[in-house]
Amino acid sequence: MPSALTPTPVALLIGASSGIGAALARKLAQDGYALALLARRVEALNELAEEIQRQHGAGRARVYAHDVTHYAEAPALFQTILRELGRIDVVIYNSGVMPRVALNEYNFDKDRQMVEVNVLGALAWLNQAAVLFERQGSGQIVGISSIAGERGRVGAPGYGLTKAALTTLLESLRNRLTRKGVQVLTVKPGFVDTEMLKNASRTFWVISPDQAATDIYQAMRARRQTIFTPARWGLVALVLRHIPSFIFRRLSF
Amino acid sequence: MTFPSSDQLARLQNFGRSIGSTAYVYRPTQVEQLAELFELAARQGFTVGMRGAGRSYGDASLNAGNVVLDLRRMNRVLEWNPETGVIRVEPGVTIQQLWQTTLEDGWWPAVVPGTMFPTLGGCLAMNIHGKNNYMAGPIGEHVLEFTALLPTGEPITCSPQAKADLFHALISGMGLLGVFTSITLQLKHIYSGNVWVQAWATPSLRRMMADFEPIKAESDYLVGWVDGTAGGSALGRGQIHRTLYLSPGEDAVPTQTLKADYQILPDTFFGLVPKSSLYQLMRPFMNNWGVALVNTGKYWSSRLLSHHTKYLQSLVAFNFLLDYVPNWEKAYGSGGLIQYQAFIPKATAADAFADILRLTQKRGLPNYLGVLKRHRPDKFLLSHAVDGYSLAMDFRVTHGNRPRLQNMADELTEMVLQAGGRFYFAKDSLISAAAAARFLGEDTLSRFRQFKAQCDPQNLLQTELYRRLLASQP
Repeated sequence: MPSALTPTPVALLIGASSGIGAALARKLAQDGYALALLARRVEALNELAEEIQRQHGAGRARVYAHDVTHYAEAPALFQTILRELGRIDVVIYNSGVMPRVALNEYNFDKDRQMVEVNVLGALAWLNQAAVLFERQGSGQIVGISSIAGERGRVGAPGYGLTKAALTTLLESLRNRLTRKGVQVLTVKPGFVDTEMLKNASRTFWVISPDQAATDIYQAMRARRQTIFTPARWGLVALVLRHIPSFIFRRLSF
Repeated sequence: MTFPSSDQLARLQNFGRSIGSTAYVYRPTQVEQLAELFELAARQGFTVGMRGAGRSYGDASLNAGNVVLDLRRMNRVLEWNPETGVIRVEPGVTIQQLWQTTLEDGWWPAVVPGTMFPTLGGCLAMNIHGKNNYMAGPIGEHVLEFTALLPTGEPITCSPQAKADLFHALISGMGLLGVFTSITLQLKHIYSGNVWVQAWATPSLRRMMADFEPIKAESDYLVGWVDGTAGGSALGRGQIHRTLYLSPGEDAVPTQTLKADYQILPDTFFGLVPKSSLYQLMRPFMNNWGVALVNTGKYWSSRLLSHHTKYLQSLVAFNFLLDYVPNWEKAYGSGGLIQYQAFIPKATAADAFADILRLTQKRGLPNYLGVLKRHRPDKFLLSHAVDGYSLAMDFRVTHGNRPRLQNMADELTEMVLQAGGRFYFAKDSLISAAAAARFLGEDTLSRFRQFKAQCDPQNLLQTELYRRLLASQP
């Protein structure tokens, strides 16, 4: 039973309707969190919220319909969530899009959509989280970036740039906020079996969203700074980062 | 400008630093700003909680995710009459400011808590009491008049004669019906800045109560320290302090002792350790073994070295024992502390408190500071008082013991309710809405809800305590 002495922690999940977001929501609910679930697709969110409430009790999940590209709505919605749930301990930014892009395609509309969802939406929400967490001297920010942000590859110029930007944003937030008692976790998944996967050109080491969520949740508990999921992508990234350009530009990777 | 602004976000805690939340904190200085803030909050759909010095042990001045008004900047003394001892102050004036204003003229607040840092707004909202509750009643009985601003924007002036029902509801109303904007108090005439203090050790709680009864009519203050760690035949052993004001003429030069300078607590301990760092020296002892050791030493020194001694002490040193070690609450470490205070009628008190002490020891969560006081009933709506005793117990909170502490508190609450006991909202963080309903009674609760509907029809004034205990029918 929650009481003043044993309160229920609250996690805010942006992009919670499917994939890693939904899997993380289930994991956090299981560990005693109350959840604020955000996404555009309300039907999917409602289903998830009902499932969580059925298993863990009413009031353990609330649904907020929100399109992350409506940046101006973020501050007021953040206030509403804080008011309605009374506290926010964790903010997870999971929203992300990756349209299919051909190797010879240069499409500004697709690029802009990725920048809007993957970067500007993250700025809108994580800025809110940063202000709150800095003031309260505690909190945890989790950003779902990608292995794709490690180098500029031939396959995904737009997507790669958004994930590089997100990784850098999270690093800056970490450097600003660690001294204020706030923890920032950068998550770099490889291939995860979500809706996004169908637009990837070539896949291997594919893991389920559940496996990714388990890794992320463990990293949150351990207050890690950066993780790869699955972990072996860390080794790949290490190699990737050290391939000199005169070789890298000849690869089709 | 947006309201509430994220610039105002701040983390607020209970006094014991064991409970906290983040809120939009505004610090108004004028009554007009209060009215404006009420209106803005109502328009934006936020609730408003009142906070003074934040000395409540529970969640009485917290309002998570909503607006909190910190009234400490409304701290002007509006009128002081040294002939009659009547003072009119704003709600942010502290007990310290109060006695520093009046003492040199020979007046002392008739009721003070164990610390001088609370604001008078907070003191009235909680209807605080002191070590003389059995004689002087709660602070509300010394209020001649107050003006409060209702959340509707309407100011009301109440006294025991005019609007007496609202007078008795707003005092003890925890800032849930309105906010005090001006408070008129009658102080007590005194003839020295010193008091006579007698101290003696008592081998058991039962004996302590037996000692209290015959002398209470002739004692200006009575308080017992209880060793919560001693078990078996020593259960509830402790020390009584009995205190008397000086009669006229007893202090040859009262102008000396009534000076504020005379009252100031020394800032070093044994002339060596700066008191500002004393709490750090206490830290290593703040565990079951350390406290048992210190308490045993304290008990035996009171029994062997200062048994039945009588000495003069300054009013401030006697009354504000808790302020003797600045930041003492930090000695409890990062988890902080909570207090559990139960008020039990005198017929059942001795047995119930013995059972309570035994249970805390059995659960491995003994209290680290126990204080026994004598009380009498009063006429205020949300009253905690009984014709009996209260035992206040401080418990250390750690990262790991919270669920165990809560479970134990649930057991204690059942024992207190069985004994016909009551609780005090300035201290509580542990009881449930059902427990509150049981001790307050349906009649009191429905009267409170009527006042709430009358004074605050929009349900604007809220705190975490309100939502925990009073907002909904259990």
